[in-house]
Amino acid sequence: MRSSSVLNLSLDELVLHRRRLRRELLAAEGLKDIRIAVLGGTTTNEVVDLLEILLLAHGFRPEFHQSEYGRYYEDAVLEPHEIAAFKPDLIYIHTCSKNIRTWPPIACTEAELGSYVDAELSRYRAIWDSLDKNIGCQIVQNNFELPSHAILGNLDAVSPGGATRFIQEMNRQFALEAQSNPRLTLQDLSSISARIGLDHWFDPERWFSYKIVNTVEASFAIASSLAALVRAMFGRTRKLLVLDLDNTLWGGIIGDDGPDKIVLGRETPVAEAYTAFQEYCLSLRERGILLAVCSKNEEATAKLGFAHPDSVLRLEHLSAFRANWDPKHENILSIAKELNLGADSFVFVDDNPAERAIVEAQIPGIAVPDVGSEVSKFIAIIEANRYFEQLSMAREDLDRARLYEENAKRATLESKFANYGEYLDSLEMTAEIDTFNSTYMERITQLTNKSNQFNLTTRRYTLAEIESTAADGNHIGIYGRLTDRFGDNGLISVVLGAIDGRKLHLDLWLMSCRVLKREMEIAMLDSLVARAREKNIREIVGYYFPTSKNAMVADHYPKLGFQPLSKDESTGSTVWVLDITTYEPRSRHIRILEHVHG
Amino acid sequence: MDSLLAEVQEIFRAVFDRPDLVITRESNASNVEDWDSLTHINLVMAIEKKYKIKFALGELKELENVGDLLDLIQKKLSAK
Repeated sequence: MRSSSVLNLSLDELVLHRRRLRRELLAAEGLKDIRIAVLGGTTTNEVVDLLEILLLAHGFRPEFHQSEYGRYYEDAVLEPHEIAAFKPDLIYIHTCSKNIRTWPPIACTEAELGSYVDAELSRYRAIWDSLDKNIGCQIVQNNFELPSHAILGNLDAVSPGGATRFIQEMNRQFALEAQSNPRLTLQDLSSISARIGLDHWFDPERWFSYKIVNTVEASFAIASSLAALVRAMFGRTRKLLVLDLDNTLWGGIIGDDGPDKIVLGRETPVAEAYTAFQEYCLSLRERGILLAVCSKNEEATAKLGFAHPDSVLRLEHLSAFRANWDPKHENILSIAKELNLGADSFVFVDDNPAERAIVEAQIPGIAVPDVGSEVSKFIAIIEANRYFEQLSMAREDLDRARLYEENAKRATLESKFANYGEYLDSLEMTAEIDTFNSTYMERITQLTNKSNQFNLTTRRYTLAEIESTAADGNHIGIYGRLTDRFGDNGLISVVLGAIDGRKLHLDLWLMSCRVLKREMEIAMLDSLVARAREKNIREIVGYYFPTSKNAMVADHYPKLGFQPLSKDESTGSTVWVLDITTYEPRSRHIRILEHVHG
Repeated sequence: MDSLLAEVQEIFRAVFDRPDLVITRESNASNVEDWDSLTHINLVMAIEKKYKIKFALGELKELENVGDLLDLIQKKLSAK
């Protein structure tokens, strides 16, 4: 069974055939192992069973460890070693308003409320601290859904003794904790439950009978949100939205109706709906999701739609534009090539079911939501799939669209030069290359989990693992930032080696594809060699592990002058070595910023 | 074999992922392999969905075996 079709099953079918689906999905090859410990304040088996199916459908093979019902605190704080022995990649703490120990009394005053919040919060802090100290992996903690009943009515949200007010205060504190602790990821159960509706969320019969507090629909919503977070942790968040034009971004057929007759603006309900969808697309772009157009149209005509006075989207918001009569899947693959992104990180939105079907069939891994043909429903359908989940907002995310715009300018410039070296010089590149430091740990971790193409080993790291390599003295880890005349590309390269006597084994070498062919890898090698020599290292050993995505770096080491050491014929993995005793710096086109370490 | 038993058997076969599973009126959690508490919940959910009925709190606790379950389903269906 194709994994994408599992994701389109109804919940009833999923529950009824869960074991068969699990068996069939487990037979797939190339599943990514992930170990998840679940500490529950209620019975978590149903959530775990559904999460397992969803993760399998997304290409993971999860293994679970579940605490006994209600023992989340004891397992985390008093007996963390059992969880540590399981070696989780992720710990999920699932608690709900039933797990609040001490609610403020109805007569609670404003002055007293804080102490009730603190008392409850301190238990959670103890849990997070203990897990951090003893295990150190990413923790997902949900906040609380609003209480199943509000005995004070509207006043419940106002009075310091109201349960609703208390939950809202708790959730505010949880948000502050998650914002300041990069290892703590918040699952917003408050919003997830609100979307379903509290009356459809709680099921008292299941609570009394099985100690499951919520309905199966609620369990599924919890599992779906967790699956999206796991995808985000492993860099499988979607990066680009491919949009059809006619009857998707505007109403009508621009080629038939003419550019001034397309339906857009505020004049009619339908025009409002298309405008709202454009505004949604623009808001995605502002948070770092790229936009592209793929439409069956004459290019010149199609572009006129974006000059329409009511068009929210402008041509400069689009990172790629394909309007022609070629099959859409071919156009989408060419967009992927142009932007150096995997088409499996794309979401395709088109009102035409035939186009959706062919794109889904022809491009493995692309997300094709069944948006139907009613534009007013597009946003909710896209959002329900949680394609764009991410664990934190880095500056790079907010700047990404601008970075791609600058790249387009660089490409224009490139065509003006007689040779490539001259072009590189004209970019006036400056690199900051330094060892891992606290400012960049999160971004470095994020890159190890996101980079797939220019990535020699595709090793994923948690924040804790990156931090420990920086501290243990047995590793050399460097990062590179690159700035040029068009702007700051941000932190775009990471190299990490493990010291073994006179050898340095490169566990990781990765770079963002937006700085391909800039000779940044040469600058990184210069810096790596300099630091390796300080540690009396003579040889650098490089490893290439092929994946379906990193063929572009198969020749990375030989291009840098490494000699072949061995090759595993069955996997295609290669090992390379560079003698650095006579190495001379090679970087010619990038100015390196020197750092003075105090 | 009566038709209700045959239909319920199909639900059991799907939930247990055992296409050749045979259940009788005497089947219960102790003589059907893998009939654990979560499987039980899934069976009950599937039966409630199929027959558009709802079991009341505690009603299921009194059932000894599949035969009792079938009788309860039948009772609820004829009360509709």
